[in-house]
Amino acid sequence: MSVETAAPSKKQVARRRRFFSRQDKITLGFFIGIPTFLHVMLVWFPAIGTILLSFTYWTGIRIEDITWAGFANYENIFFNTPIFWEALRVNTIWLAWFFFIATPLGVLLAYQIDREIRGHKFYQSAYFLPVVLSLAVTGIIWNFLLRPDGFVNGLLGLPISEAISFFGDDRYNIWVILIMASWRHIGYIMLLYLAGLKAIDSALREAATIDGATEWQTFRKIIFPAMKPVNIIVIVITIIESLRAFDMIYIIYGSSGGLPILGVLVFNNIAGEGASMKGAAYAVILFLLSIVPIISYLQQQFKEDVK
Amino acid sequence: MTTTIKLPKGKNEKRKKKLYAQDIKDRAISIFIGLFALAWIFPIVWTLWSSLRPYSEIRAGGVFSPPQELGIFNYTEAISRMELPTYFANTAIITIPTVFLTLFLGSLVAFVVTRYSFKLNVALLLLFTAGNMLPPQLVFIPVFKLYLALGDLVGDRRFLYDNHWGVILIHVAFQMGFATFVLSSYMKTIPKEISESAMVDGASVFTHFFRVMLPLLRPPLASLAVLMTTWIYNDFFWALVLMSNDSKRPITSALGRLQGEFVTDYNLLAAGAMIAALPTLIVFFVMRKQFVGGLTLGATKG
Repeated sequence: MSVETAAPSKKQVARRRRFFSRQDKITLGFFIGIPTFLHVMLVWFPAIGTILLSFTYWTGIRIEDITWAGFANYENIFFNTPIFWEALRVNTIWLAWFFFIATPLGVLLAYQIDREIRGHKFYQSAYFLPVVLSLAVTGIIWNFLLRPDGFVNGLLGLPISEAISFFGDDRYNIWVILIMASWRHIGYIMLLYLAGLKAIDSALREAATIDGATEWQTFRKIIFPAMKPVNIIVIVITIIESLRAFDMIYIIYGSSGGLPILGVLVFNNIAGEGASMKGAAYAVILFLLSIVPIISYLQQQFKEDVK
Repeated sequence: MTTTIKLPKGKNEKRKKKLYAQDIKDRAISIFIGLFALAWIFPIVWTLWSSLRPYSEIRAGGVFSPPQELGIFNYTEAISRMELPTYFANTAIITIPTVFLTLFLGSLVAFVVTRYSFKLNVALLLLFTAGNMLPPQLVFIPVFKLYLALGDLVGDRRFLYDNHWGVILIHVAFQMGFATFVLSSYMKTIPKEISESAMVDGASVFTHFFRVMLPLLRPPLASLAVLMTTWIYNDFFWALVLMSNDSKRPITSALGRLQGEFVTDYNLLAAGAMIAALPTLIVFFVMRKQFVGGLTLGATKG
C-alpha cells in the first residue's frame, strides 16, 4: 500500500479501474446515464431548441412549416414593440430597488440579528416567514391590505368610490409591487447573509472592537471583505430575481399588461393563443440578460474544482 | 473581558461608559427592528383576522367595524366550495414523486462524480449546475412540443402534457441540478477512506452506494427534501403552462383561478389562501433547522 501511495495518482486510478467488474460498469453507466439523459433531454436540448427557433417563423404546428427568419424576430421586438422597452424599464427599476434598497436592508438585518440583540430569534422567524409563502398566497394577502375596501384605504378614510386603486394607478402600482416583492426578498437575503456571518470567526470582530474600530468600520473593513463568496451569491440572486419576476405580477394582473414586465411578456408570447417564435426571441433575451450573473455564480462555486 | 482588567483605571471608566452607550444603542436597535418585524407579519395577521369574519359585515360596516360574528365558517366553506381537497391531492401527487426522484437521481450523479474519477467529472457537475440556472421560459416551447409529440407517439395526447408526470419530469430535470450540486459538495467532505475500504472489501458499486454512501447522506437529504418540497409546492409556472385541465392543477396554480372566481367573497378567498399556506408554514416551523440548512448548503437556487 505504501508503494501505491507514492506512485502517481494516474497509475492508482488505472489500477482501481481494473477492479470494476462488468456489472459495476453497467451500474455506473446507469447511475450517471439516466439522470444525465433526463437533464439534457428536458433542459439543455430545449434551451438550444428555443435559441434556434428564435431565428425562425413558425406557427408551432407542423415541423415542415418552419422558415428561416434571421434576426427578424429580434428586430420586431427592438424596433416595433414599444411594450418591450416599457417592460425593460420596469425591470430596471425593479433591479435598482432590489440592489440599493431591499438587499442592503436584508444585509443590515442579518448583521443586527447576528449580534444577538434582544429578541433576535423571534425577529429571524418573523422576517423569514414571507419567504415560505408562495407568491400566489402573497398576492392574495397584499390584496387584502390594498383593495378599494381594504385596510389601507380604510385607514386613509376613503370610501370605496374615492378609494385609491393601488394596483391600477400608474402612480402607485410599481412601488406597491416592489414593496410586496421586497417583503419576500429581504427575508431571503437576511437568511443567506446570516448563515455566512455565523461562519465568520468571532475573534476577528472582537479584535477589531478592542482596537477601537467603530461598528461601521468593522463591518466595512473586516466583515464585508470576509463575506466575499456570500456577497457574490447575494448579488447574483438579486439580479436574477429582478429579471425573472413573474408569479406575483401574473397573480395580480393575469396576462393583461397591467404592469409590463419581461417575465409576463415572455409568457404571453410563448404560451396560449399569442404563442409565436417572437416568444422564443423574448426568452433568449431574458436568458442573455441573466448570463453574466449565471457565469459569475458558476465561477464562484467552481473556483476550487477548476484549479 | 480579561483585557478590561489589565487596563488602567481611567481607561476602564471610559470603556464602561462606552459599553453603556452601546447597550442603549442596542436596545434602540432592538426596538426598531422589533417594530419593523411586527409590521412584517401584519399582512398575514390581518388576512387571518379577516378570514374569521363574514364578508357581508365588512361590506356593511367597513374594514374596521367591530366583529359581530367570528368563526371558522369561511374555512369550512372554502374547503367544500373551492374543492381544496382535490387541489391538495394534486399537489401531493406532484410533489412527493418529484422530491423523491430528484434526491435519488441527484445523489447518484453526485456519488459517481465525487467517488470515481473520470475525465468529465467537473464538466458534468457544471452541466447540471448551470442547467438549473436557465430561465424556465427558455426551455418551455420545445418541452411543450416534445410532450405533445411523445403523446402522439403513444397514441394519447395527455401522456405527458396535461398530466402530472409531465410536470414531475420537468421539475426533476431542473431541480436535479441543484440537488447534485449540493450533494456533491457534501460528499466531498466525507473521507475518501470510507469509500476506499468499501472497495477493498470488494463491495460492488451498487453496494457501495446503497449501503455505504446513502446512509451517510441523511443530513443533506433531509435538508434538501424540506427545501424542495417548499419549492415544488410553491411552483406556479410549470403547472400553469403544462396543465390545461384545471381540475388537475396543484393548489398554488389553482389559487390564481380561484382568485378571479371568488372575487365577490374576498374573505372566503382569504380562508382559502390561509389553508394553502398552512403546509409550508408547518414545514417551516417544525423543520426550520433543515430548511435553513438546505438553503445555506447550496447557498442559492437560480
